[in-house]
Amino acid sequence: MTRVRRSPQDIAANRARYEEHQKKGLEYAPKALPGTSPLPAPEIAPDKIIHREVIPGGWYWSTHINKHEVFRVSLDSGFSTLSLIAWSAAETSERLNLPDTMKVQWTTVLGKGRVIFSDMGRVMFSVTEDSSGAHDGVVGGSTSGSNAARYGEGTRNTRDNLILLATKAGLDKRDIPPALALFAPVRVDRNGAFAWKPELLHEGDYVELRAEMDMIVGFSNCPHALNPDTVYRPNPVTVTRIAATEPRSGDLCRTATAEAVRGFENNARAAV
Amino acid sequence: MTDFIQTAPGRTLENVAQDHYIPAEAPFSAVIRKSQTIRIEDTYGQQAVDTLFYNAEDFSERYSNQDTMREQGAAYISTGTRIISNEGRVMLTMTADSCGRHDTSAGACSCESNTVRFGHQTRYLHACRDNFVLEVSKHGMSKRDIVPNINFFMNVPIEPSGEMTIVDGISGPGDYVELKAEMDILLVISNCPQINNPCNGFDPTPIRVLVWDSEI
Ligand SMILES: [Zn+2]
Repeated sequence: MTRVRRSPQDIAANRARYEEHQKKGLEYAPKALPGTSPLPAPEIAPDKIIHREVIPGGWYWSTHINKHEVFRVSLDSGFSTLSLIAWSAAETSERLNLPDTMKVQWTTVLGKGRVIFSDMGRVMFSVTEDSSGAHDGVVGGSTSGSNAARYGEGTRNTRDNLILLATKAGLDKRDIPPALALFAPVRVDRNGAFAWKPELLHEGDYVELRAEMDMIVGFSNCPHALNPDTVYRPNPVTVTRIAATEPRSGDLCRTATAEAVRGFENNARAAV
Repeated sequence: MTDFIQTAPGRTLENVAQDHYIPAEAPFSAVIRKSQTIRIEDTYGQQAVDTLFYNAEDFSERYSNQDTMREQGAAYISTGTRIISNEGRVMLTMTADSCGRHDTSAGACSCESNTVRFGHQTRYLHACRDNFVLEVSKHGMSKRDIVPNINFFMNVPIEPSGEMTIVDGISGPGDYVELKAEMDILLVISNCPQINNPCNGFDPTPIRVLVWDSEI
């Protein structure tokens, strides 16, 4: 394989293009985003509720969701962390991809107005409401090892829960992507060390995720591995599946960033 | 190209067990035996080396970026980092690093994510995830086996605000990392072809992979 190294002119042109993208990504989107949703969460009209599941602390649940239906995940019973993974129902090799989700949006902070990507450059979820902005896409779920180190033996963990729910969906542990941990207030300091910031969470916090394709979705309700509480006491978490509504033109998540716009263009192409 | 750098008294170019030249943009894989030491050398500098590890005996056990970051308590990879599998076991230990910081939160470039990041006109540019699919398919695996990887020599600072951006690599010609295998490993590399961000200085270059036996 022989190839010619790129010319200084090519390199300069590519650098200029990247710097323009970077500037837009870092400066434009945060101004366009509305911040956190107010509390308390508004009531959901009873006729819009397809299903309501209260996942006990330590347990897991998986379900299907159809395009434009919404999950409301809410801390109605006290603080807990709910880990989430997702596969395209049409093609399960397409799945949640957190590195892509974070790098294409130039941020690890996934709040209202952001979207969540698959590994195929398509949008899986839009974050349409979010009262905390405190979710972790970097460190993800607990394991038997991380639980044993904090609580001793015998507590349920997210890694095992994800193996169970994947297997029951006809998949296996090779199919488990890194998990998004909802209500896990993790930030990264200047040296790369992780910090747990409980002040970012509020009583009754909730997040709403609008499905942008038909999916199999798995949840695990276990304490986050960085939660410093030495007592194992996850509270139940309520997941409400809400009937589909067509996004309006000018929908925040579809228009807030150039990256989201291109992601939704990929969704539209996939439907052709 | 730079001269060979001797990191242990016995380690020379004469007694290497494996010595591979990996062209710019190309995929690569090799089996590394327990207690062998791998050196990945950024021969020309500023080249991102996207890397995955699988247990050579059971490919369902593979590198886990989330478990590795949690175990270190930190988002970056450097000397002393234990490379952790999805089964919570140590796969390798990073024993030397002349560069100082490597990414494992940003994953590999792909044709599909490139369209989102840089525009649809980048759809038909060669990308790491295509390299990974081609390489793992030689070992009976497929796209579902590709997980978020380590990007050696790639600089992706995460700010306290959450801001995450790929910036110029800090590696120079001849910079290297060394990893000691703690189990038999299938090493899979995509020598990143990305030319839309500064991970390669917009100009991908060849790398070198050297492997020494345990007694050296
Ligand atoms: Zn790449």
